[in-house]
Amino acid sequence: MRLLTHNMLSSNIKGVTNGFPLLIEVEKVVEKQVDFNEDFLRNMFAKIEWKALVKASRTMGYTELPENSEASMLNSDEFLRKFHHALLELHLEEGALVCPETGRKFPVNKGIPNMLLHEDEV
Amino acid sequence: MWYLCVFYHRLLEYRKPEFESLAGLFGAFAGSTTGSLEWRLPEDQHPDSPFHFVNIPSEEIARNIASRSILVKGIYELWGEGQSFEELEEAIKSYSDEQKLPYLTPDSTFKITVESFGKVISFHEQNIRLQKLAFIPFKGRVNLKNPDHKFFLMDNDDYGSENGLPPIVERRIFFGREIGAADRKILQTYQLKSRKYLGPTAMDAEMAFLMANQAQVRTGKLVYDPFVGTGSILIAAAHFGAMTMGADIDIRVVRDGRGPDCNVWSNFKQYELPMPLSLLRADNNLPPWRSGLKEVFDAIICDPPYGVRAGGRKSGGRKLLKGVVAPYTVPDDKRTGHIPSTAPYSLVECVHDLLDLAARMLVPGGRLVYFYPVLRDNESVDPNFPEHPCFELIASCEQILSYRYSRVLLTMIKIAPYTEDIAEAARIRHLEFKENHLKWLEDGNLHSAVFEPAEIQINGSGDAKFGTKPKYRGKYV
Repeated sequence: MRLLTHNMLSSNIKGVTNGFPLLIEVEKVVEKQVDFNEDFLRNMFAKIEWKALVKASRTMGYTELPENSEASMLNSDEFLRKFHHALLELHLEEGALVCPETGRKFPVNKGIPNMLLHEDEV
Repeated sequence: MWYLCVFYHRLLEYRKPEFESLAGLFGAFAGSTTGSLEWRLPEDQHPDSPFHFVNIPSEEIARNIASRSILVKGIYELWGEGQSFEELEEAIKSYSDEQKLPYLTPDSTFKITVESFGKVISFHEQNIRLQKLAFIPFKGRVNLKNPDHKFFLMDNDDYGSENGLPPIVERRIFFGREIGAADRKILQTYQLKSRKYLGPTAMDAEMAFLMANQAQVRTGKLVYDPFVGTGSILIAAAHFGAMTMGADIDIRVVRDGRGPDCNVWSNFKQYELPMPLSLLRADNNLPPWRSGLKEVFDAIICDPPYGVRAGGRKSGGRKLLKGVVAPYTVPDDKRTGHIPSTAPYSLVECVHDLLDLAARMLVPGGRLVYFYPVLRDNESVDPNFPEHPCFELIASCEQILSYRYSRVLLTMIKIAPYTEDIAEAARIRHLEFKENHLKWLEDGNLHSAVFEPAEIQINGSGDAKFGTKPKYRGKYV
């Protein structure tokens, strides 16, 4: 699971009002290379919840992202590289996503988050 | 400029929509990604004929369309046409020298291909036809392997046989210079029979590429398939350079596959394509997207489960929704590793959820491309396709699957933003589906309609038959 995915997901358990961002429990992180595409990053930048991305990348052991961001940073190649790496190349292979409100764990095995709810959570 | 476009004689209804989607992708509509081109049928041709004239702004756009397309055999600059070789010669002679001479120079190489639609012509016959072009002042050298310029002499005739091809009024001969041609070799590379990991409803490679073309997939775009299965649609999107994301409710399909070297990832690896950015297990009925997330995908391409080959599932527990048991509470000590039961997902609800998802998650102008099943009770296909205030339907292409049913590839463009009102209406409808679960399942059951035994007609001699086969097969090709 890339952090792009993490940034899009929330806990959608019935009754949960604040299911984002999911906490990350790390068991195994791998780095997977992705082709660098500047346009893609520029498009995604506006859609990303920056604070959640920074926090998630730190949990995964990557501390290079600045605390705050603004659109003007997209002009820096260095920033784009870091953003690219955090968003697309850090990959949670084994671990879990944890609902911030209820503590329910959504397991991540073989890189696939299992977001399906139990019968009593629907 | 007008060009001669020759299509492969396949998937007839898909030909022009694919062409126009690609025209939009390559900038034929000045700033817009949609629009329609001017088409003209050559004289004496049936509308299903492979020969068409089309008006395209530039040769470069024509070349781009042809090389990306799956159904365009070639696009040609027409030098002449006619009912007979005499008419053809006259037409070529009167075509402007300014257009012709640059391609006939002594320092260039060329090749002329002789073809006849629907018929194999012998080498001898090809030579006879070539001789008739001797009046064209070719100065260059012939190079059959890698010529600078390719010329085509093509005709379309009625061979007086019931060969299942579109009826011909009169013979028509065309001569032109090739601008571009489709690369159907990719279909061989990606054919399902050599793919490692397959499911029962894996999308055929040709159709997957057509879907990706309808969705105007290109480098750097983000494409999502909510019913990803073995990834057959995303593979086509990734081939064209898109970033891909897929979800499925069946975790065994997306996570485990058939072992470490036979799963969705290995399929992408097999073709050396970039891996999907994300695969996850999620329910399209209760998608886990955070609130406030919208307009992230450039295209959503999918083949929803319509309950004929495979049925859809959604969260909620089958017995619970049937009202057989009271709501089930998972005991605390069993929560880890609990496998929730799922309920059948009716097609109507599935399509409603898909449109709602697409309305919210597609960028403005983004495309939703998906298959929709239709029963073939009547002669004409039911034109009541799903509608949504955020979408405009721009193409519907039928593919006949059996005597009983077809699937129609729908291409919709997001034309309006996803408003609070639309979201609220979708939420109310979602609850209604949940409350009347059983009713919706029965109403939308295609499986029984498709697999119910046919009424067999018994003719005089006692032989059973399913009606007579039409002479011209039309959309069956």
